[in-house]
Amino acid sequence: MATETHDTANQAASACVDSYGGAIGMPQLCGEWFGNQIFWLLVALVVIFFILSRVALPRIASILAERQGSITNDLAAAEDLKAKAVEAEEAYNKALADARAEAQNIVAQAKAEIQGDLNDAIAKADAEIAAKSAESEKAIAEIRASALDNVKTVAKDTAKEIVAAMGGKADAKTVTAAINARMKG
Amino acid sequence: MATESHDGAEKGAELVFHPMDQFIVKPLFGDGAVGMFTVTNVTLWMALTIVCIIALLVLGTSGRSVVPSRIQSIAELCYGFIRKMVEDVASKEALPYFPYIMTLFIFIVFSNFLGLLPGAFTTTSHIAVTAVLAMMVFLTVTILGFVKNGMGFLSLFWISAAPLPLRPILALIEIISYFVRPVSHSIRLAGNMMAGHAVIKVFAAFAPMVLISTGIGLVVTPLSILAITAIYALEVLVAFIQAYVFTILTCVYLKDALHPHH
Repeated sequence: MATETHDTANQAASACVDSYGGAIGMPQLCGEWFGNQIFWLLVALVVIFFILSRVALPRIASILAERQGSITNDLAAAEDLKAKAVEAEEAYNKALADARAEAQNIVAQAKAEIQGDLNDAIAKADAEIAAKSAESEKAIAEIRASALDNVKTVAKDTAKEIVAAMGGKADAKTVTAAINARMKG
Repeated sequence: MATESHDGAEKGAELVFHPMDQFIVKPLFGDGAVGMFTVTNVTLWMALTIVCIIALLVLGTSGRSVVPSRIQSIAELCYGFIRKMVEDVASKEALPYFPYIMTLFIFIVFSNFLGLLPGAFTTTSHIAVTAVLAMMVFLTVTILGFVKNGMGFLSLFWISAAPLPLRPILALIEIISYFVRPVSHSIRLAGNMMAGHAVIKVFAAFAPMVLISTGIGLVVTPLSILAITAIYALEVLVAFIQAYVFTILTCVYLKDALHPHH
């Protein structure tokens, strides 16, 4: 439409276009062009209708249906996964509680065992101590008895010697009796 | 929409107003008369419309991806938009006619937007085109109404909610308005498309004022360029809105055909 050159000024192209190529009146009302426009419009509409109804619209409909389907599937899958997560959490909590209970059991058992061992050890130690002290007492009593005998013997001998030294004749029976009487005192 | 310069020597440096030249139908090849089957600029721009529709709705969706590409999501948006409109306005029983309504919408919307390209020919600015579209809707709706409802379709004009004495008068008004539908339906679209384009062209004619008179031109030229920009923005809006209006009215008429009882 850039430049229109008209060789002869008087040559009008049609009843609707003047000799300069300008419009006479409204081109919309030019009856000469109606047939052409209507023909090409109908061609265009038929072509568009077939493109749309055969190719474009079914394709878009199937795309949208597919998307709707996959969205529904994804939502269902998400629901499933959520349920699974809840289940897993429950299992985890249960395992945790079990483990805790078991740990407590083990601790209690260990405590009881230790207590038993301790009691045994204490009892054993007590018995040992008792045995040892009884033995010791016996030993002490023996030692004491022997010491007393020794003292008696020494005292008898000493008394006999003293009596002999002073010129007397020591009667063994008298000395022993005297010493025994003294020792008691 | 490039400026059409006629013999410059003869006309000199004056403003050239040819706001309607953009609507001239002319043969694409040669300089002969425009016959019924002549390949014209109408053919070219309708073919471009078809190419764009194929690019958007066929090539754009060829990926069939569940997560859509940009073009595919636009195609899905168009689909959802019109389908929902048909379903909401004309009820679920109108869904078999969805491809037909989609055809109308997608053709008009692409024609309108292609017509906004500088130098383009706007097919929908011609009453011959919009009248055919509107008559197709009118005939479809009327025939469908009688086929689906038989004579019951006439109850569309007999408003049972109104008092009995008023009904004949209302029926007359309803019948007149029914037959005016295709007229308003077609002129609304063509008029809107034509007016904006012509106004842009008028402002465009004022734009070279600075070449003629520097004084006034310094004011007029920037103003007219600003006006072109503003009206162009408005036209972008109008291009979509008119396609939307045409489609939604088609749905409303279709609803009348399927459910004539008020």
